[in-house]
Amino acid sequence: MTVAQEPTALNFECETGNYHTFCPISCVAWLYQKIEDSFFLVIGTKTCGYFLQNAMGVMIFAEPRYAMAELEEGDISAQLNDYEELKRLCEQIKRDRNPSVIVWIGTCTTEIIKMDLEGLAPKLEGEIGIPIVVARANGLDYAFTQGEDTVLAAMANRCPSQVPVTENEKNERNAIQKLLNFGKKKEEVVQEESEYVDHPPLVLFGSLPDPVVTQLTLELKKQGIKVSGWLPAKRFTELPVLEEGYYVAGVNPFLSRTATTLMRRRKCKLIGAPFPIGPDGTRAWIEKICSVFGITPKGLEEREAQIWAGLEDYVKLIRGKSVFFMGDNLLEVSLARFLVRCGMTVHEVGIPYMDKRYQAAELAMLEKACLEMGVPLPKIVEKPDNYNQVQRIYDLQPDLVITGMAHANPLEARGINTKWSVEFTFAQIHGFTNARDILELVTRPLRRNNNLKDLGWDKLVKEEAKI
Amino acid sequence: MKLAYWMYAGPAHIGTLRIASSFKNVHAIMHAPLGDDYFNVMRSMLSRERDFTPVTASVVDRNVLARGSQEKVVDNITRKDAEEHPDLIVLTPTCTSSILQEDLHNFVERAQIEAKCDVMLADVNHYRVNELQAGDRTLYQIVQFYIEKARRKGELPTSKTENPSVNIIGISTLGFHNNHDCTELKRLMADLGIEVNAVIPEGASVHELKNLPRAWFNLVPYRELGLMAANYLQAEFGTPYVDITPMGVVETARCIRKIQQIINEQGANVDYEEYINEQTLYVSQAAWFSRSIDCQNLTGKKAVVFGDSTHAAAITKILSREMGIHVVWAGTYCKYDADWFREQVSEYCDEILITEDHGAIGDAIARVEPSAIFGTQMERHVGKRLDIPCGVIAAPIHVQNFPIGYKPFLGYEGTNQITDLIYNSFTLGMEDHLLEIFGGHDTKEVITKGISAESDLNWTKDGLAELNKIPGFVRGKVKRNTEKFARDRGIKDISAEVLYAAKEAVGA
Repeated sequence: MTVAQEPTALNFECETGNYHTFCPISCVAWLYQKIEDSFFLVIGTKTCGYFLQNAMGVMIFAEPRYAMAELEEGDISAQLNDYEELKRLCEQIKRDRNPSVIVWIGTCTTEIIKMDLEGLAPKLEGEIGIPIVVARANGLDYAFTQGEDTVLAAMANRCPSQVPVTENEKNERNAIQKLLNFGKKKEEVVQEESEYVDHPPLVLFGSLPDPVVTQLTLELKKQGIKVSGWLPAKRFTELPVLEEGYYVAGVNPFLSRTATTLMRRRKCKLIGAPFPIGPDGTRAWIEKICSVFGITPKGLEEREAQIWAGLEDYVKLIRGKSVFFMGDNLLEVSLARFLVRCGMTVHEVGIPYMDKRYQAAELAMLEKACLEMGVPLPKIVEKPDNYNQVQRIYDLQPDLVITGMAHANPLEARGINTKWSVEFTFAQIHGFTNARDILELVTRPLRRNNNLKDLGWDKLVKEEAKI
Repeated sequence: MKLAYWMYAGPAHIGTLRIASSFKNVHAIMHAPLGDDYFNVMRSMLSRERDFTPVTASVVDRNVLARGSQEKVVDNITRKDAEEHPDLIVLTPTCTSSILQEDLHNFVERAQIEAKCDVMLADVNHYRVNELQAGDRTLYQIVQFYIEKARRKGELPTSKTENPSVNIIGISTLGFHNNHDCTELKRLMADLGIEVNAVIPEGASVHELKNLPRAWFNLVPYRELGLMAANYLQAEFGTPYVDITPMGVVETARCIRKIQQIINEQGANVDYEEYINEQTLYVSQAAWFSRSIDCQNLTGKKAVVFGDSTHAAAITKILSREMGIHVVWAGTYCKYDADWFREQVSEYCDEILITEDHGAIGDAIARVEPSAIFGTQMERHVGKRLDIPCGVIAAPIHVQNFPIGYKPFLGYEGTNQITDLIYNSFTLGMEDHLLEIFGGHDTKEVITKGISAESDLNWTKDGLAELNKIPGFVRGKVKRNTEKFARDRGIKDISAEVLYAAKEAVGA
C-alpha cells in the first residue's frame, strides 16, 4: 500500500463476483409486509424455501402472506403442466387468503427451465380474477435488494395511467375517492392545497416503512412540495397514478430498473439526486427536487446543521476511524458518503452492482465529500471477491468492517470490529430524523468493544502457523 | 408443484456441506447461483463459528447459462487449492446445477490433474434426497474414497488396535446438540475402558480415515447420519456396528450391552452390568426421578412427539416406558425411513404420523390437545399459538438450541438433561393451568397506575396515528419523550411533525 499517490477521482474496479449476499427473493420478507393486500408466491425449489425459512427467522411463524410453489421432479421434466399447476396453487391462495394481487417471484430454476411466467400470468389472471405481477428476482442476475427493484419495476406497469375522473368534476372526484379510500385517513384528501407550491405531480419510488414515508412526505411539504403518490403504496389497490410527464424520484440506490421502467415505459421524468440517507444526503435530495421545480429551499441549511449537532456524541466515536464495506446490499455508496461526512476514512466500497447513471449524483457527492473532508477517495469494487477482500482487510486493519453474517463472527474472532450489513436494509435510515439510527448501528460495535476493551479478549482464535 | 411454507429437512446440498465443513481442512465448492451460500450464514450464526466456513460458490450466472461453466469450476477449484491448501475439495451440486446437467465429473477429473489436494464430486440428486440422506451419503462417499486410496497405496492398516476401540460415526456441524453428545459418548467410552479410535466427521482429518478399520466396532448414535458408512465398513472389513441410540436410561443400557456382546465376541472379556446398575440407580437421576412423586404426577398425561427418527423415537420411548406418560401420537418427517420408525415406537404410542406437512402436524396437535409437545421449533410455535408448552427435541432448530452450556441428549448425563426438559415443560403447563383456574396471580383490581398515561396535551389525529405505528414496547417511552419535548416548547397540539421533531431532538 503506497499512500504517496492519492487518487483524485473515484477508482472503479470489478472483481470475480465471488461474494456473499442474500438471494434477491428475500425481498418478499419486507414487501409482503409493506403491501398489505398482496401475496407473494416464490416459484422455486427447496433451496429457495430453505433460504427464506432461515433468513426470515421468526417471521415465518406469523402466517406470512408468502409461500413457495415448490417445484418437483415432474415440473422440471415437464411431465406436469405448469399452467395447471400454478392455477391449482393460485386458486388455493385465493380461497385461503383472498389477496388483491399475487406476485410471482421467478427464481433460478424457472429461468433455467424457461418457464414462461410472463406469458402464463395474463392468461391465469383473466381466469381467476386476481392481478398477477411477475418479478424475476433470481440469483443468476441479481443480488439481495435488487429483488425489490424487479418487483417495483413490474408494479410500475400496473400503476393507473390517469386519474379516474375528469378534472372539472373535482368535488365529485373527491367524493368518489373518499368512497374508494374508505377507511383511510381523511386528512390527505382535504389537505389544504394552498400549502403547496404549484408544481407538476411528483411520485416517489422505493419501499420504506410507513413512519419513514410520513417523515419524508412531511419534509417535502415544508418546502411546499406535494407527494402525489408512492410506489409501492400500502395496498396494491392504491398504486399511484402515473401520467406522462410526471416527475419521479428514487429513495434507494438499488432501484435502477424501476427508474428505467418509469422513464421509458411510463414516460416520467427522473430526478437524479443523491439518496436521502444521512442529513447531508437528505438535504441534497430535497434541494435537487426543489431545484427541478424552481423552488428556493427554506431553512434546509439550518436544519442539517441542527441534525449534525444532535449527532455529535455519536460522530465523535467514529471521527478519524476507518471503515471497509465488503458489499452486499447496494446501500454502500450512500452510507460511505455519509460516513465520510462523519469524519471516517473509507478504504473500500464493495458493491454488488454499480449503475453509474442512476447513482451519478450520489457518486459525485461521495467524491465531493472526500475532497472536502480531506480524506483519500475510496476504491469502488463492483462484484467483489470476498476472499481477496478478507486479505485486504488483514492488511489494512480497518476500525470497522461492514459485512454479511457469514464473515462477521470469524472477523470478530480475529479482533476486527464488524457491523452486520443486512441491518441497514431493515432499519429506518432515511431522512433527517433517522440519521441517528444509522450511527446507532455503525457505532454499536465500537461502543460494545469500548466496554470490553480492558479485558484483553481481542483475538479469540489461535495464531495459525505460518506456512 | 406443491404449496409450502415450511420444511423440516433442508435441500440435499446442505447435508453435503454439513459433512464437508465438519471435517478439518476440507473445502466445499458449490456449483450454485449467487445467494445459495446461505449455509455459511447459518453455520456462523447458529453454531457461532469463529472460523470462516470452508464453503465457497462457483457462481452460476447468465454467462454460465449461455456457454456452460467451461473453465470456471476448474479454475475455482485450483484457486482454492492454492489459497487454502485443503486436503480435499468437495464439488457440491445444487438444485440449479442439477438441471443444468453439466458434466461435473469431468470438471473434477480435470481439476484433479492440477490441484495438489484430492477433488471429489458429491454424488447427490437434489430432487430425490433431502439434507439428511445426502449427508449420510456424502460421509460414506468420503470414507470410501480414502479407504480405496489407502488400499491402492498399500497404506491400509491390517490389524485391530490392541485394546477394544470404537469409531464414533455421525457427529456433525449444525447437528442437534451434537458437540455435547460427542463429549458424553467419549466419556462413556472412557468409563467402559474403550479407546476412541476416531470421531467422524466433526473435527476429523481425512488422513485419519484410513485408520478406521483398526477399530473393533463402530458406534452410530444417530439413525440419520453414518449408517451408510458403517455398513460399508462392515462389508469391507467385517467391522460390526452398534446402532442403538443411547438416549434414555433403558436405551443407554441396551447400547452398552450390545457393545459388551460385540467386543466379547472379539476376545475382550468385559462385564458392564455392574456399571450399568451403578449409573442407572445412583449416577443418572432419571431412574430415581421416575420413582419420585414429581413423576407420579405426570402419570397418564397426554403428550405428542415429532422430530427426526432418532430423537422422536427415543423421546417417545422415554415418555412412555420410563415416565408413564401417555403418548397419543408420535411422528417423524423422515418419510424415507418410515418403516424403522414404526417398528421402534408402535408399542409406545396410540398412533403414528409420518409426514412433512407442518399443517397436518399442527392440526393433529390441536385435535389431541396434549399437555405438552415435544417437537421441533415449528411445533414450539404451534404450541405458542395453542397455549401448550413445548420442549424442543430435534432439528430444525434456532440459535437458542445451540446452548453454550453442557447439554447432551445422549448417555447418562443426557438422561438428566432430558428429564429436566420433560419435567419443566409439564410443570410450566400445570402452573399456567392453575393460574387460569384461580384467575391469575394478582386478582385485585389495579386502582392507580404507576406510570401515568394521561396528560394535558392534545394529540392530533395524525400524531396519534404515527404514534401507533411505533412498536408497542417503546411506544410509552416515545410518548413521554415527545410530550416532554412539547411541554418544554409550549406546543399544545402534538402532530406527526412534532413527534419526529422530538425524535430528532432527543434521539427518542
